[in-house]
Amino acid sequence: MDSSSTTVGMKEEEERPHVLVVDDSLIDRKIMEKLFTNSACKVTTAESGQKALELLGQGEDEHTHMNKGPKINLVVTDYCMPGMTGYDLLRKVKESSDIKEIPVIVVSSENVPTRIEKCLEEGAQEFILKPLKQSDVKKLRCHMQFRRSIKGRLCIGA
Amino acid sequence: MYIRESFTLSNLARSSGRLPRVALLLVYVIASRMLPRLVQHQIFNPDPLYLSFCASIHRHPSSPESSTSLSNRQNRVFLIKEEAIMDAITQLQRQFVEYTTSLYREGYLDDQFTQLQKLQDESNPDFVVEVVTLFFEDSEKLLNNLATALQQENIDYKQVDAHVHQFKGSSSSIGAQRVKNVCVVFRNYCDEKNLDGCVLCLQQAKNEYILIRNKLEALFNLEQQILQAGGSVPMMA
Repeated sequence: MDSSSTTVGMKEEEERPHVLVVDDSLIDRKIMEKLFTNSACKVTTAESGQKALELLGQGEDEHTHMNKGPKINLVVTDYCMPGMTGYDLLRKVKESSDIKEIPVIVVSSENVPTRIEKCLEEGAQEFILKPLKQSDVKKLRCHMQFRRSIKGRLCIGA
Repeated sequence: MYIRESFTLSNLARSSGRLPRVALLLVYVIASRMLPRLVQHQIFNPDPLYLSFCASIHRHPSSPESSTSLSNRQNRVFLIKEEAIMDAITQLQRQFVEYTTSLYREGYLDDQFTQLQKLQDESNPDFVVEVVTLFFEDSEKLLNNLATALQQENIDYKQVDAHVHQFKGSSSSIGAQRVKNVCVVFRNYCDEKNLDGCVLCLQQAKNEYILIRNKLEALFNLEQQILQAGGSVPMMA
């Protein structure tokens, strides 16, 4: 079913890296979802930083705080979003004790060096210019943490 | 071609018997002029119903074994129809390639549209149409919001800029290059709080949007015709 499978063979449902895509634009969410699905990833989308935090188990609500969400291996967030920006989300992730390990990629349509620096300093794994291409996504697979005991970066060619 | 063969003068003369030669000549002249045009019309401006009819015959060919003159004729008719279908598909495919190439050449589309097409696969065969449809809906909303925002007594340029930013993003995501370029200029006018510039850009954005919408709809239409005829849509490199 997956268009790009690894040399490891048939993957089970849980073995696919789980990506959380955060973007206020429906069109961009749809495109990024397809980009990652085509790279054999499981994708969840969120339309705001707030929703993303809830999915990461960091919601304001007591209930969501106790109920840790599904294991996310990578967060890809748009920079420009109303309310909580991608930068704000990045900070919240890196400040939290339980999810700061999750790599965060920031994407933006604008090439602003100060913005890029700010994000990288705050702990973003990478800063990529929109619109994303399939080749960008293939490179990102190296960053994903897997649930299995494989720690660190394991680059799987696709 | 079979059709032309039956209309040679000698064939007509033999089968007609008593008809005066002049009338025969007239019939021949008229038929030989009209028929190719009829056939041509069917090939180059194929009616979708005609094409699907041809495709259905294509899927259920008559048996070629019988040697009676009746089935020979059926087989020849089948062959003509098959040729017509193949011609139709080739024509449509050529039109598709030419049209797509022109859209890139004239700057309506950029590489991002190609990227979108590459994302489409059997698991999601309508991906491009779905994304583009979202773009159409989004754009029309944005254009209305922009018109409203620019008609206010006290214009909130931050709000206008936010709408343009969204429009620029979505047009860039699907490869609608001309629309995106207008948005870039539009944002500059927003920064300068230049109302005339903004109003002009809004008009241009609207025009470019309508253009790309019409062109993409025509493109999708061509794709549908190719698929209905039983052909495959050419992949643009």
